[in-house]
Amino acid sequence: MIGFLKFVKKETLHILRDSRTMLIALLMPVVQILLFGFAISTEVNNVNVAVVVPKWDEQIRQSINKLSSNPYITYKGAIAEHEIDRNLRSGRVDAIVVFAHDFDRLMTQWKQNGNGNAAMQFIMDASNTNTAQAGAGYLNNILAGELMQSNSLVETHMLFNPQMKSAFNFVPGIMGMIFILICAMLTSVAIVREKETGTMDVLLVSPVRPLTIILAKMTPYFILSCINLTTILLLARFVLGIPMSGNLSSIIVVSLVYLLLSLSLGLLISTIAKQQIVALLISAAVMIMPIVMLSGMMFPVENMPAVLKPVSAIVPARWYIDAMRKLLIQGASFGLILKDFLILVGMTLALLAIALKNFKDKLE
Amino acid sequence: MSNTHFIIQVKNLTKQFGTFTAVDHITFEVERGEIFGFLGANGAGKTTAMRMLCGLSYPTSGSGTVAGFDVVKEGEKIKRHIGYMSQRFSLYDDLTVMENMELFGGIYGVKSRKLKERATALLQKLDFFEERDTMVSALPLGWKQKLAFAVATLHRPEIVFLDEPTGGVDPITRRQFWEMIYQAANEGTTIFVTTHYMDEAEYCNRISMMVDGKIKALDTPTNLKKSFNAASMDEVFRILARDAQRGD
Repeated sequence: MIGFLKFVKKETLHILRDSRTMLIALLMPVVQILLFGFAISTEVNNVNVAVVVPKWDEQIRQSINKLSSNPYITYKGAIAEHEIDRNLRSGRVDAIVVFAHDFDRLMTQWKQNGNGNAAMQFIMDASNTNTAQAGAGYLNNILAGELMQSNSLVETHMLFNPQMKSAFNFVPGIMGMIFILICAMLTSVAIVREKETGTMDVLLVSPVRPLTIILAKMTPYFILSCINLTTILLLARFVLGIPMSGNLSSIIVVSLVYLLLSLSLGLLISTIAKQQIVALLISAAVMIMPIVMLSGMMFPVENMPAVLKPVSAIVPARWYIDAMRKLLIQGASFGLILKDFLILVGMTLALLAIALKNFKDKLE
Repeated sequence: MSNTHFIIQVKNLTKQFGTFTAVDHITFEVERGEIFGFLGANGAGKTTAMRMLCGLSYPTSGSGTVAGFDVVKEGEKIKRHIGYMSQRFSLYDDLTVMENMELFGGIYGVKSRKLKERATALLQKLDFFEERDTMVSALPLGWKQKLAFAVATLHRPEIVFLDEPTGGVDPITRRQFWEMIYQAANEGTTIFVTTHYMDEAEYCNRISMMVDGKIKALDTPTNLKKSFNAASMDEVFRILARDAQRGD
């Protein structure tokens, strides 16, 4: 390992002196995780609900109290029957609850017999099917929950994510995407840049071994990525409230392997591409589609057509995301993610080997 | 084993890319301590030949030794004993003068303390010590080239390969550059230099002229001018290159 440390120092200086790239590398993950954690959310919040009350009584007052105190519902007050259409069309409300004129009597009947006539009606704005379905679900739970549960055929428990928070689902996915994109982009230019400036020739005629060059190039980026890993885990835990129920050291070990894998992938791209811009395009634009579509980040792998399943198996993010879901959300033990882990290790070694071989082949 | 008198000995060295023969059975020797000019038009095969000598490219056929090591089998060993400076500027722009010197010295295994001494001495000789913490990108091209040469000889190689080292540099700096080359040669380093400035060819001890992958002439500048009955090296070159098939 002639001059390995000198080489690491050189690569570190390159990074430190390119403050713009470093800023992007450190800020992009934070912005992305916050964006996906907060802004992009599939759960339905703030359903605007108005009520139509033909005759006020104690039962209705209680029901409305339950509605207005629920965090997912924004209570918009009582309206007259002829205002229903206008309220829904104008978008002022997403749902209207119409109470029966003998609500009190009907409810008592239900409580005693466990059946009876409809006591209320939900009118939903279904132009957004997602909101309408979720909203109807909420209203059902809030207003008729006690009756349903007392003699229900099925009892459902939402384990691991009882509130169905979409951040729980997104964070492992977004971690899988951010790490591979950022690491690959950073390292993909590392070797190409030297080809472009001509310094590569000087390195090739020097006695430095290709393995030394590759490892030395990876080292500072690896440290940078570890900083990113720390920020993301902290944000996930304390800002997004991800449970992190699994063993922290398992989470870190799997993530470190994934970082190495992503860096190796970038280096491989770097040995293939002839210009920096090509390297960046491959590592960002070309890779983002399979990662988002096939990794299970957005769409479950189980739902994919048979032809796409094997394709998704070669997307490294798929295995990492799977492992992170199990570790972060379900609190699985290391044994349960061993398969994911071994696949990631195998992929890392393969990518490094191919990158190294490619690099050596440049010598003709 | 290699003859200690010759630092480069090459026999029938050939490089083919598919059906194209870039270097076609070249045979020559370079003596220790001489300044050897390796001339030829663009596309004549100079760079390819030089890459084989530096261990950057494997010959298709033929044999040879550089600094006593086989060009086919011992490329890695050759790399330790040579210095190289390419036509493209080859230091790191975003490192300082001293950082570049430390990096390349370190790559060649020069020990830290020795490296500091040598780098300081070199910079003082170049009257450049004040600029040791200047970023290389801030230097004028002529200075960068001189610095690149200094870096290429920092580990005291037996032979330095210079690939068109003075391209795009003004005449005064070129003159100074050649003074550095002479100085290194006086200290016993062999210089192997490609150039297409014919006036520079006159500075060399011996010259080889490559046309279409073959060495068409090899002698001292004086002898070459005499045998081709030419007034200048430029004329010798034009006579030789008249029947060239490739290049421009």
